Amino acid sequence: MNLYLLSPEISLCALALVVILLDLFIGRKWILGVVSVAGLIVPAAFTLALWGVNETSFNGALVVDPFSLFFKLFFLVIAALVLLSSTDYAHKFAGFRGEYYALVLLSAMGMMLMASTRELISIYIALELTSISLYALTGFLKDPKSSEAGLKYLLLGAVASAVLLYGMAMVFGLSGTTHLNEIAASIPAGGLLASPALLMGIVLLVAGFGFKIATVPFQMWVPDVYEGAPTPITAYLSVASKAAGFAVILRVFYEALGPLSLDWGIIFAVLAAITMTLGNVVAIAQTNIKRMLAYSSIAHAGYLMMGLAAVSALDPGTLGPSGPSALVFFLASYALTNLGAFIAIIAISNKIDSDEIADYSGMARRAPLLALALALCLISLIGIPPTAGFVAKIYIFTAAVDYGLIWLVIIAVINAVISAYYYLRVVRVMYLGTPLSEERVPSSWALRAALSFACLGVLFLGVYPWALLRIAETAVSLFP
Amino acid sequence: MSFPYLSIIIFLPLMGAIAIALLPRAEPRRVKLIAAFFTLLAFLLSAALFFMFDRSLDGPQFVEQASWIPSINVQYFLGVDGLSLPMLILTTMLGFLAVLVSWRIDRRAREYFAWLLVLETGILGVFCSLDLILFFLFWEVEIIPMYLLISIWGTGRKEYSAMKFVIYTLLGSALMLAGILLLYSHAGTFDMVALAQMGLEPALGSLLATAIFFLLFFGYAVKLPVFPFHTWLPDAHTDAPTAVSLILAGILIKMGGYAMIRVCVSIFPETSQTYAPLLVALAVVSVLYGAAVTLRQRDLKRLIAYSSISHMGYVLLGIFALSQVSMTGATLQMFSHGIITGLLFALVGLVYDKTHVRSIPELGGLARRMPIILVVFSVAGLAALGLPGTSGFAAEFLVFLGSFRSTVVSGIQIYTILGVLGIVITAGYILWMLQRVFYGPPKAQYEGVLDADRLERFTIFSLAAVIMLIGIYPRILTDVIDMGILPIFGGLGL
Repeated sequence: MNLYLLSPEISLCALALVVILLDLFIGRKWILGVVSVAGLIVPAAFTLALWGVNETSFNGALVVDPFSLFFKLFFLVIAALVLLSSTDYAHKFAGFRGEYYALVLLSAMGMMLMASTRELISIYIALELTSISLYALTGFLKDPKSSEAGLKYLLLGAVASAVLLYGMAMVFGLSGTTHLNEIAASIPAGGLLASPALLMGIVLLVAGFGFKIATVPFQMWVPDVYEGAPTPITAYLSVASKAAGFAVILRVFYEALGPLSLDWGIIFAVLAAITMTLGNVVAIAQTNIKRMLAYSSIAHAGYLMMGLAAVSALDPGTLGPSGPSALVFFLASYALTNLGAFIAIIAISNKIDSDEIADYSGMARRAPLLALALALCLISLIGIPPTAGFVAKIYIFTAAVDYGLIWLVIIAVINAVISAYYYLRVVRVMYLGTPLSEERVPSSWALRAALSFACLGVLFLGVYPWALLRIAETAVSLFP
Repeated sequence: MSFPYLSIIIFLPLMGAIAIALLPRAEPRRVKLIAAFFTLLAFLLSAALFFMFDRSLDGPQFVEQASWIPSINVQYFLGVDGLSLPMLILTTMLGFLAVLVSWRIDRRAREYFAWLLVLETGILGVFCSLDLILFFLFWEVEIIPMYLLISIWGTGRKEYSAMKFVIYTLLGSALMLAGILLLYSHAGTFDMVALAQMGLEPALGSLLATAIFFLLFFGYAVKLPVFPFHTWLPDAHTDAPTAVSLILAGILIKMGGYAMIRVCVSIFPETSQTYAPLLVALAVVSVLYGAAVTLRQRDLKRLIAYSSISHMGYVLLGIFALSQVSMTGATLQMFSHGIITGLLFALVGLVYDKTHVRSIPELGGLARRMPIILVVFSVAGLAALGLPGTSGFAAEFLVFLGSFRSTVVSGIQIYTILGVLGIVITAGYILWMLQRVFYGPPKAQYEGVLDADRLERFTIFSLAAVIMLIGIYPRILTDVIDMGILPIFGGLGL
């Protein structure tokens, strides 16, 4: 048992506890925000110190490898950006700032554990740690919409957890173990390659995880929860929670169920096609920007699942990108882009107190830089160069075509065209509409720093993607 | 690696845009001077390239090559050959003139000129890229500037037209992307030079080759535009500000024709031959339909816009007649039409600026008020209908000569003759338009209307001079174009 391997998570947990304790004794609550953001340096430093390690511990339940370390750093960066962007939002729940920051940190810890376990029960616990923190955060505003969102998320999330647990139980029942690598070994050994019961287990696992990543038909919670939750939490849900879901799926399906990739690959391919189409088509009809981005995040779950689907027809002879590396890069670029968009929305809606797209009219005059940042992020979501979204799409499409999924790519590119319509509508309103008032839109330095980081990241990855792609390639190199 | 001329030319306008965006105080005049400076610099540099270009080599020159995304073999790979060099010069020239044409724009001038320059960078990149992903990247860059330029500074149903432009273009490029990736998954490279030399078609099989060919072709056909994918063009043209119409008609749609030669014909010589009869027929339909519809237009700007459809039909005819002469003619036609239509749009813009009327029936008797505009308008109009001594004649003559003698499509003589008929209709609408707008009794409402001022005269005279120069001595370009077409024609194995 090597506790050092767990140091990022332990330090993060300690940080959350420190924030809660400080909350009791400190009057000036802004210090809590500073402490929680600055404190993230510690787990990040531990993560970087572990970089390159490839070990397991706790009887194989915990694994520290390039993949989990990549995701740990990823979640820490996202948590930092979310916390920074929360500074402009925190006045809405003045009495509970400490709990808010601590819950964000704890859910980040849950996500880090999700990326780093290879044992079904640990995965389930990590997932619950993440989810329960997020349920609470969703209802944090305590107004009717937020409470409804929190309750809805909790109830549907509980159902999804039950389904997931059931799927895990079936896999365990057939293979006799909860360790992913042992499951993989037991599939050919136990004659389970054509087992309908195992296939049923896989379907249940897809359903359980599908809830986390918001794929059709487990997406119905997304619009309401995204709309009702505090905007920083919406951003958090749309990127971190989704990324954690994908990290677990990659780990479980590649390590445990690799021999059955032909079966689950096609499930993901079909789900991808339906998910992206539904997300994009319904997004057209939205008038609330948070709801629109909710459907856009469903659509992006569809694009992301192309990276899962692209593995099924794995042909060792081909060069080119593998599905997982494309997926990881897409996740990173999507996270930066979507966070950037939500941070801009936080600043704008703080001033105008509305999330209606129509109220963004003439925003380019009132807040030129915020509008430019939001426009840049929306353009990246369409996938137009020179942004991260462009390279991410090219890369994931290349992976899919390489594995013979040309039909899926054609659906995806047509979807990208549909999405241009509703993303550009926001740009149009901001740049062409007449301002509803002449008041400027203020923003704090913390929010501006987070937004600049996201936007520069989007541009940087669009121009020099290899910087991150190289890391993504190493991160997934353990998957065949 | 030698001196990176091409990167500098491509990114000069972008640097200008950044300079404009960072300007502390954005007085319109200063913004315009910066824009003019950077575009002029790009033009002068590309003109220098024209003289440094080695006319005895047929491969790409001034090559720059660097790995960009190693894992999928994407390169930053630039180069120009005889096919792209004229397009490069056309772009920088019209880019500079577009800035001059916009001199009167003061509303949100900073944004306007910044986007105009970004647009130019995108188009320049398309003509210089030799890597399909880089090519696609630049192809897409142009969308957002165009969208904003049309929808903010346009007139009429500008938002509708801008969105229509975006959706058409994106749909075309989406399928093109599918084609590019499908090609990559079988060839393992995005390198356009290598792809053209590979002789991929036997390995792909005719079904797959046809599928990829048409996925790519569709993207380019929307851009060119080819009937029946043309409906975005009149809307976008009519509602765009003058300088944007000039760029749209002058260079943007040439990306389609250029890409058809560079990608479709070069990489798929056999598939091109198989489907040439179909595409040639489509070309003739574009020519005749475009010309016939143009005849019926009552809006001056829309008339010029529709005439592009018919003129681009000649480009398509020249390309898929697949003879060396006709492809050279098609390339020359793209250059010549770029200049002619650019000039026509600039003139229409002038007439509209002075009279605030674009409807042909309402205009009339302007000859006395604006003699200089009339003269240049007549030159441009006559060049559009292919009068000898103008670039239009040289280009169209080569297209017709080449396609008449082409051996690829049986019965192409009939198509060519039908295409020539298009010229007759062109003469009809050009002369009729000149007559209705400029001649007839002077109208009282245009009493105090002024002629072109000094800057405007400089713009239109310089374009007219280029038209005459190429009309009188076409070899100045055909020598270069021939070197670009030669290897592509050689690949056809005829």
